[in-house]
Amino acid sequence: MSLTGYVVRRLLQLVPIVLGVTVLVFFLIHLVPGDPARTILGNHATPAKVALLHREWGLDKPLPVQYWRFLHRMARGDLGSSLFYSVPAGRLVVQRLPPTLWLIGLGTFLSVLIAVPLAALAATKRDRLPDQVVRAVPLVGLGFPPFWLGIMLLLAFALHLGRGFPVGGYGAGPLGHLHSMFLPSLTVALAIAPILVRSLRASLLEVFESDYVTTARSKGLPERRVLVRHALRNAVISTVSVLGVNIGFLVGGTLVIEQVYALPGIGQLMINSIFQRDFPVVQAVTLVFAIMVVLVYLLTDIVHALLDPRVRFD
Amino acid sequence: MGAAAESFAEAAVIEHRSGFRRRWYRTPSFVAGLSILGTIILLALLAPVASRHDPVQQNLLDILQGPSRTHPLGTDELGRDVWARLLYGARTDLRVAFLAVLFPFVIGTAIGLLAGYFGRWVDTVTNWFVNVVVAFPFYVLIIALVFALGSGTRNIYIAITIVGWVSYTRIVRGEVLVAKRREYVLAAQAGGLSNLRIIVRHLLPNVVTQAIVFAMSDIVLDILAIVTLGYLGLGVQPPTADWGKMIADGQTYLTTHWELSTVPGIAVVITALGLSLLADGLADLLRPE
Repeated sequence: MSLTGYVVRRLLQLVPIVLGVTVLVFFLIHLVPGDPARTILGNHATPAKVALLHREWGLDKPLPVQYWRFLHRMARGDLGSSLFYSVPAGRLVVQRLPPTLWLIGLGTFLSVLIAVPLAALAATKRDRLPDQVVRAVPLVGLGFPPFWLGIMLLLAFALHLGRGFPVGGYGAGPLGHLHSMFLPSLTVALAIAPILVRSLRASLLEVFESDYVTTARSKGLPERRVLVRHALRNAVISTVSVLGVNIGFLVGGTLVIEQVYALPGIGQLMINSIFQRDFPVVQAVTLVFAIMVVLVYLLTDIVHALLDPRVRFD
Repeated sequence: MGAAAESFAEAAVIEHRSGFRRRWYRTPSFVAGLSILGTIILLALLAPVASRHDPVQQNLLDILQGPSRTHPLGTDELGRDVWARLLYGARTDLRVAFLAVLFPFVIGTAIGLLAGYFGRWVDTVTNWFVNVVVAFPFYVLIIALVFALGSGTRNIYIAITIVGWVSYTRIVRGEVLVAKRREYVLAAQAGGLSNLRIIVRHLLPNVVTQAIVFAMSDIVLDILAIVTLGYLGLGVQPPTADWGKMIADGQTYLTTHWELSTVPGIAVVITALGLSLLADGLADLLRPE
């Protein structure tokens, strides 16, 4: 199968999943106990206001009709309008997207920078001291609450030991962003690194101990050449897929990290909207987060297919 | 005929079910995990003895005190004893985390058994549900669900169940797909046993170990989720002591009283380490030779 064919097939497979995602986001409002409109507007809402919300959200219609209208609106890019700001929720999300994307991008980059050398070290020195140490990393590291890790980094590098980094905010201009986003991204990276190290070590071991590497070694090729020419490409493939599988965790982690560092991203938008009981915005952000994860999965699969032609013939 | 097949299959099950490979006390990670977790649980249970202070009792004359003879870890911004809040926080967070893991474990395992055993459309529909839930980042869906349902422990259980069952389903389904081709299942089927009986008596005991091992590390994830919800103000409601809320409250005083946020975080890390070690040790013990 050609690459285009593969991509098209993967895209088609995504359709039912994206539909499912919209169903779940749609049903969020029906999880609200009692009358959602009344609960959301609070005890002091006038009956007129409640009725207005009922009409606007179509809560008086049967469920399938409601969902159809929800889907129809979304197809036109309309994610509802914010109850608090009275502007389209979609516009709010788009405005707040850049800090979150920075955080995901820089966080991914730093996590690779941390995890790949550690995993490679562990896999090449299997069962020796470096491997033992690296294997202990996930055991301890997985228990760190990401937001607490953020606070500890703030404490160390912005408040006490060094004062090189701002305690919060997004900064101005690309360099300012980079400076302000470093600690938050490092937090995200450190939070996910233990998982990456564990799975990467396992898949690198598989590559290093595979038949073709043994063959290359037994042909008398220098170790460097074996690693670079034979093992590396497959190692990169494993890295991409391990990273892809875990990126959902990374994306979700940004939600809490933005809160710690007061970053004006969509995670902070979601938390603020929760306290303002701004339901449409919470729904919109939840949906956008899920779509981002689905797109990352797709991207990983495509990169995987580009690097490893075997995938396309499965 | 049925009885004969049953006993034959039973023998195969016993043969297949290997039990503990080694003695548990010779597995270092298991012993270490058990000791750490045991100590924490003991301290939580003995909280009223281990601290003479009431965790919610405010004392505005004694706020933000450093460690002293009466307050071993000092007091917080409302004059509450930090050590007492730490102990009672362990009670809350451990209880919620251990209970929260039960429902996804049971539901996810049941669905995984059905999907793996029956295959076809049951499997297709299950996979669709799994893929939809997995499309949401863990924290995003938990937080959105708790927001919709309202805060409080009961809703935390519901949210964690809606998000958490998928991991168990994936694990158990995979195990069933392998197990259902083995002799003991084929023998049971040939013997005319009912599907329900095969699933419950023959498949479940053989596939559940992986789910149990995962449950141990899943508790870690649940503790982190509960603490995170507490930190965001969506979790266990004040004045009940909870480690996440303690970290959040301390954040305001980071420049002057950094220990207020640091100490509860260390408690989370140690608890999680105990659970991870226990999970590792258990995986070691249960791994077939």
